[in-house]
Amino acid sequence: MTTLLQLDGISKSFSGINVLDKVNLEMQAGSVIGLAGENGAGKSTLMKIITGVYSKDEGRLRLRGEEKVFNTPRQAMDAGIAIIHQELNLLPELSVAENIFLGREPKGFLGLINQLIMHEKTVQLMQRLNQKISPDQTVGSLSIAQQQMVEIARALSFDADVIIMDEPTDALSERESEILFQVVDDLKSQGKALAYISHRLQEIFKLCNEVAVLRDGSMVHSGATQDIDEDELIRHMVGRTLSEKYPYTAAVPGDTRLRVENIHAPGVNDFSFSARAGEVIGFSGLAGSGRTEFARALYGMTCVSQGVVEIDGTAVSIHTPGDAVSAGVGYVTEDRKGEGLIQDHGLRSNMTLSALSLFQTKYGLIDRRREIDAVHKYIEVFSIKTQSSEMPVAQLSGGNQQKVSIAKTLIPGPRIVILDEPTRGVDVGAKREIYLLIQQLKEQGLCILLMSSDLPEILGISDRIMVVARGHVIAEFTREEADQEKIMHAAIAREEKCI
Amino acid sequence: MHLKKVLIDNKSLIGLLLLMCAVSLFSPNFLTVDNLLNILRQTSINAIIALGMTYVILTAGIDLSVGSVLAFSSAICATLIANDSSMIVAVFATLAVGGLLGAANGVVISFFGVQPFIATLVGMTIVRGATLVYTGGRPISTGDFDVAESFYTLGGGYLFGIPIPIIIALVVFVIGWIILNKARLGRYVYAIGGSEQVTRIAGINVNTVKMTVYVLSGVMAALAGIILTARLESAQPTAGAGYELDAIAAVVLGGTSLMGGRGTLVGTLIGALIIGVLNNALNLMDVSSYYQQIAKGAVILLAVVVDSRVKHTS
Ligand SMILES: Nc1ncnc2c1ncn2[C@@H]1O[C@H](COP(=O)(O)OP(=O)(O)OP(=O)(O)O)[C@@H](O)[C@H]1O
Ligand SMILES: [Mg+2]
Repeated sequence: MTTLLQLDGISKSFSGINVLDKVNLEMQAGSVIGLAGENGAGKSTLMKIITGVYSKDEGRLRLRGEEKVFNTPRQAMDAGIAIIHQELNLLPELSVAENIFLGREPKGFLGLINQLIMHEKTVQLMQRLNQKISPDQTVGSLSIAQQQMVEIARALSFDADVIIMDEPTDALSERESEILFQVVDDLKSQGKALAYISHRLQEIFKLCNEVAVLRDGSMVHSGATQDIDEDELIRHMVGRTLSEKYPYTAAVPGDTRLRVENIHAPGVNDFSFSARAGEVIGFSGLAGSGRTEFARALYGMTCVSQGVVEIDGTAVSIHTPGDAVSAGVGYVTEDRKGEGLIQDHGLRSNMTLSALSLFQTKYGLIDRRREIDAVHKYIEVFSIKTQSSEMPVAQLSGGNQQKVSIAKTLIPGPRIVILDEPTRGVDVGAKREIYLLIQQLKEQGLCILLMSSDLPEILGISDRIMVVARGHVIAEFTREEADQEKIMHAAIAREEKCI
Repeated sequence: MHLKKVLIDNKSLIGLLLLMCAVSLFSPNFLTVDNLLNILRQTSINAIIALGMTYVILTAGIDLSVGSVLAFSSAICATLIANDSSMIVAVFATLAVGGLLGAANGVVISFFGVQPFIATLVGMTIVRGATLVYTGGRPISTGDFDVAESFYTLGGGYLFGIPIPIIIALVVFVIGWIILNKARLGRYVYAIGGSEQVTRIAGINVNTVKMTVYVLSGVMAALAGIILTARLESAQPTAGAGYELDAIAAVVLGGTSLMGGRGTLVGTLIGALIIGVLNNALNLMDVSSYYQQIAKGAVILLAVVVDSRVKHTS
């Protein structure tokens, strides 16, 4: 095997805080190296150094044996290194094709952009990814999963030799993930060198022949995947062994808290179910099944055209997110960058945005002390890795941003919490903390609606499971009845019947 | 490293001090108590307008109509005083007129979804037109009733030896600062500028907040109008023309981002002082008012360029 990329003693600190400490890494042609580590371990930072987004403080980077310094992402791209970043980096107003070829549009007559070639290449890429996305669609109109596929298409379009994927399946459903896995295997057999970051450890074992683990900025393990098992990998990541992956406590549910009857809304078609206080309801379904659309309708982000919503026995009409918050509904969005957090603003002001009235004194001013106490409580409970409560959330690692986003929803003290992909981008340890927290909230009598494309997660922590397809609840299982096969079967049977 | 951060964080203040040093070298009359109070008094009108503008710009909006709103409110105010209404009534009625005009901007922006630039540009034109129609293009004197005399103190009077406009400006800045930094409204203003979408999804009524900032901007323009009317003992139909640019310049010189979400009122105050000192210096140095505009533009351009340079390197 030939070494394509070699990192030697890379160090990096942000405002005096060490994030990477003398890290070594090699990427071989025809090999996929998995990179694991807790939130904030420095994985994305390392990849951003390779791709010229950040400059390194120390160390050397060699590409095909030749030492290189990349000052801009462009230089790294031109040298044949492509990356799918953890956060979406698309321009919502531009079309799919324009996004993919941004900055390197094929030129034709008089130096004008050759739309035809751009269009054609995009169609080819989408075929390769098995997507029905038109090159002319604006990216803003796509679902998050589709946008992620566009990111993947863009990375492929470079035809680079070194390809880095930073949590690429984060926003994808099973079906799309499978497509990506196929692509990864193809690239590997074409002799490309790949790095694959994920918090879904099964994916690392499935795709990667090598694995490396970062902990607090140091490389604590690297070797062949076959020489290590999941427990050992987790031990390297968190420095200890974790008990039970999906903590679950059976709770005695209370009265009916939420009753949804024949709701119609954009993407939601005759949606009905009811949930009791102290229950976790899991919603499963393929991408585009209408789970997220239902969540948005319930939270007042889209218009409910028909149907009844009852909370604790009283009918409520929710037209705006403001109505939802006052009715005691909280929502953790699946798109934390665009909808969840103000990227340039500090952790504190993001976390308390929905709940400022709780911290008001009788003069109508905000009691800074109480606000900060609440923020610190959540920083502690979720072990959010941050330099201070004022750090801009854009500078937090992806997983830590997700924790801030959840805390923000919980601070107003909702009665019903909708969690849309709550463990997206969260490391194993923190996932467990979030599951424990969900159990705690359940014991306090909250009603939790969990939307997730991670089926084991749904099975692991839900009391009841609804299978959603075409904006409709098509099957319901109790925790005891449910298993992976039954759910997939129900979801797919319905899809096929409709086609 | 640390020093550099302190310097960057206080670059507006440093700019102001440097400017003052430079001017005092050229003109011995600059650093006198009288002249400094004079600068403060002249600055207070722009500072008050810039306060409202800061709120608006923090939400990623802009209000171009402030100069016209000032003129219209001024005309209303002068009429009321000339008709011997009580001072309290005249002042509050004028502020209410400014608030209503601001509300009109707010409705067009938040409920009809028109871009703030366009909405307030249209507002600026219509309100200026209305002022000209109302005044017939002629100044309105505040008249000869007794009330006119006591009304004059709002613009020309002193309290403890300090010109009253300065005191008014200080009071509104203290209140404005408390609301922006300690109250919910202020937090929402910053949040909307940071991301309107995120703020809306967090359950905040974004439209109401936007309405409020345009109303505030209108009220501040009217307050500035009252002070100007009092000082001149009349309302001029063309009063306030170009004031929107001075206010925006003060906000930008004070380090507030035109993209919204970032900035401070203290910065705006410093920005307004920079413009005030500059105007004063050019007057002291007998620069003709035509050249003054060029000089002012050049300084603002310089400040903005330095600002974006500094942002790039840090
Ligand atoms: N621009 C920045 N300024 C300051 N600190 C930063 C910046 N970018 C990252 N950090 C810090 O560096 C650390 C490592 O972040 P990084 O994004 O590399 O983590 P990660 O391993 O990718 O985590 P995750 O799994 O959550 O994505 C974090 O503590 C983060 O707060
Ligand atoms: Mg990361």
